[in-house]
Amino acid sequence: MGPILIVLENGAAGVTEATKECVNKAKSLAAQLGTTTVAVGFGKQHVSDLRRLAVTKVVIASGGTMDLYNPDAYEKVLAEIFGNVKPYLTLIANTTMGLDLGAGLAGRTQTPLIAYGIDIEEQDGRLTAISQVFAGKLLARVPIPEDGAIVTVIPGSWPADNEAGDPEIEEWTAQDSEAMRVLRVVEPEQSDIDITKADILVSVGRGIEGPDNLPLAEDLAEALGGVVSCSRPVVDAGWLPKARQVGKSGQTVKPKLYLACGISGAPEHLQGMRDADLIIAINTDESASIMDIAHFGTTADMLELMPALAERLKGG
Amino acid sequence: MRLAVLLKTVPDLVEELALDEDARTLLFDEMSYVPSEWDDQALEEALIIKEESGAEVTVIAVDTGDVDTMLFTALAKGADYAVKIVGDFDAAMSNWQKARVVADYLGRGDFDAVLSGVQAIDDVDGQLPGLVAGFLGWPHASVITEVRVAGGSHLQLRQEYAGGLVAELETVTPIVVGVQAARKPPRYASVAKVRQVAKSATIDEVEADVAEARLAGVEYVRPVAAGHAEMIEGDIDEVVDRIVAILEERNLLRRA
Ligand SMILES: Cc1cc2nc3c(=O)[nH]c(=O)nc-3n(C[C@H](O)[C@H](O)[C@H](O)COP(=O)(O)OP(=O)(O)OC[C@H]3O[C@@H](n4cnc5c(N)ncnc54)[C@H](O)[C@@H]3O)c2cc1C
Ligand SMILES: Nc1ncnc2c1ncn2[C@@H]1O[C@H](COP(=O)(O)O)[C@@H](O)[C@H]1O
Repeated sequence: MGPILIVLENGAAGVTEATKECVNKAKSLAAQLGTTTVAVGFGKQHVSDLRRLAVTKVVIASGGTMDLYNPDAYEKVLAEIFGNVKPYLTLIANTTMGLDLGAGLAGRTQTPLIAYGIDIEEQDGRLTAISQVFAGKLLARVPIPEDGAIVTVIPGSWPADNEAGDPEIEEWTAQDSEAMRVLRVVEPEQSDIDITKADILVSVGRGIEGPDNLPLAEDLAEALGGVVSCSRPVVDAGWLPKARQVGKSGQTVKPKLYLACGISGAPEHLQGMRDADLIIAINTDESASIMDIAHFGTTADMLELMPALAERLKGG
Repeated sequence: MRLAVLLKTVPDLVEELALDEDARTLLFDEMSYVPSEWDDQALEEALIIKEESGAEVTVIAVDTGDVDTMLFTALAKGADYAVKIVGDFDAAMSNWQKARVVADYLGRGDFDAVLSGVQAIDDVDGQLPGLVAGFLGWPHASVITEVRVAGGSHLQLRQEYAGGLVAELETVTPIVVGVQAARKPPRYASVAKVRQVAKSATIDEVEADVAEARLAGVEYVRPVAAGHAEMIEGDIDEVVDRIVAILEERNLLRRA
């Protein structure tokens, strides 16, 4: 059986948590299956991190375009390394980079892909991946084929591995991409309101219906001493600024109270708020996924409940 | 610039998913389908490019059921051509298989850029844009929120990462792009307009063979949630009372 390959991603502070979660799972699976773990890291900026990973071997891909994420250059070098390592199982965190590399590598190498993984179970040497599909409404149980698979994993699926190791190191020289160039990286716009610092968030989703209803949320937030945040579609529609977005491609928040109004609880949203101390969900659909992680829920109409609650809070 | 936009339908989550709990299978024929929302974003971005620089937009769908309305709607919104890839296909067809037939079709054409939704809710075996690009050996990028023609055969893309960090990429064509969100919310086409287009426009049909699926024995189950919210019952006033009590208990109410 080939090794388990983990594709590492760089964050500002080193190898990302999501990647270390994959390292953790890879190690336990490798022990169960009697195989080794190989991690691929890109660029030179976190080399000291890479040299201390508790895996069997680390392949460091470096060269011209490796210090910044370049979808084309990364995929090409990863495909080369993949061909060399011949892994049985490959784990990639389902981030922007994982969305690019997972499917691209699968297509390019003709390797089956399992997306949105949240776990991998082992029984009698056979693996089954569990994927979260249909916006979290169903789980797919997917037997990993005998010739292996690539699994893209939703961040937060396992604890991160922070053990120190002494892996074998292999240097790999990557070619520059002829097709693609990173022109610049733009930091997010600074906002007057930092939702990651707020204790109380009144968070609105598509249930808000339109910008005309936003004052209802602003009013309630004010009455609670909190601020308004939102799900992605509200930002995409231009109703609230990007800085207010909670989730995978927005901010991660951990307030004392997260009042989710008209938010269905897609995995990408939950990723940004599941650790809030108290989650109260207002959603007319009792079976919405948000109800599975909320502490309290109501199927009241948010457009009625928000003003009624604000009124009561203001009235004393 | 010739743009292809890949469209597909997915089960409508507004309705209960049709699951045979004993057989752990999805009853694909018993669900209603809607266009995948991210594909709608991809179409919008393509139409914006068309308005900016006169690109030609071809929408493409694999015939896994009723995709005609979706294609006519795209034409009504401003797409130039619609292609339906037909064969022995059904609603249970996997993304891998769809990607295979789409890649074969695209490989024979001369499209400069292929846009599709970054993902879809039913992508068990992977996202279409990456798979298609991988099969073709073309470069690709996902989670894109802007595609602009940058003179000649180059495109400029905005790719989004966690926390709102954005990279600007310059790429040659052909390229496959997974669109997260268009620069503007997707436009609407009125039912009347779609009906009118359905009468006058044609959908080109292209035959293809079914590709082999790569995953077998996929089972679907409902998640056993670690917990469920304690539901607050009653009319609005009762719900308000209870929420206030919960906040009070946890010292989350502002003292005047
Ligand atoms: C790469 C990627 C990154 C993403 N990043 C993020 C992210 O950072 N953050 C994010 O939020 N999403 C993100 N998404 C999008 C995510 O997949 C979902 O599409 C999104 O979270 C859905 O938003 P929503 O819950 O507001 O809308 P919907 O899913 O449409 O839910 C609306 C809910 O409102 C309820 N509702 C409607 N009317 C009322 C009413 N009057 N009263 C009460 N309830 C009502 C409905 O029952 C429904 O459950 C990302 C997607 C991708 C592909
Ligand atoms: N400074 C940076 N420049 C370019 N890409 C980056 C940078 N920092 C992080 N990334 C990429 O951004 C994505 C998400 O990183 P993070 O925001 O740390 O989760 C990953 O694909 C990283 O490779």
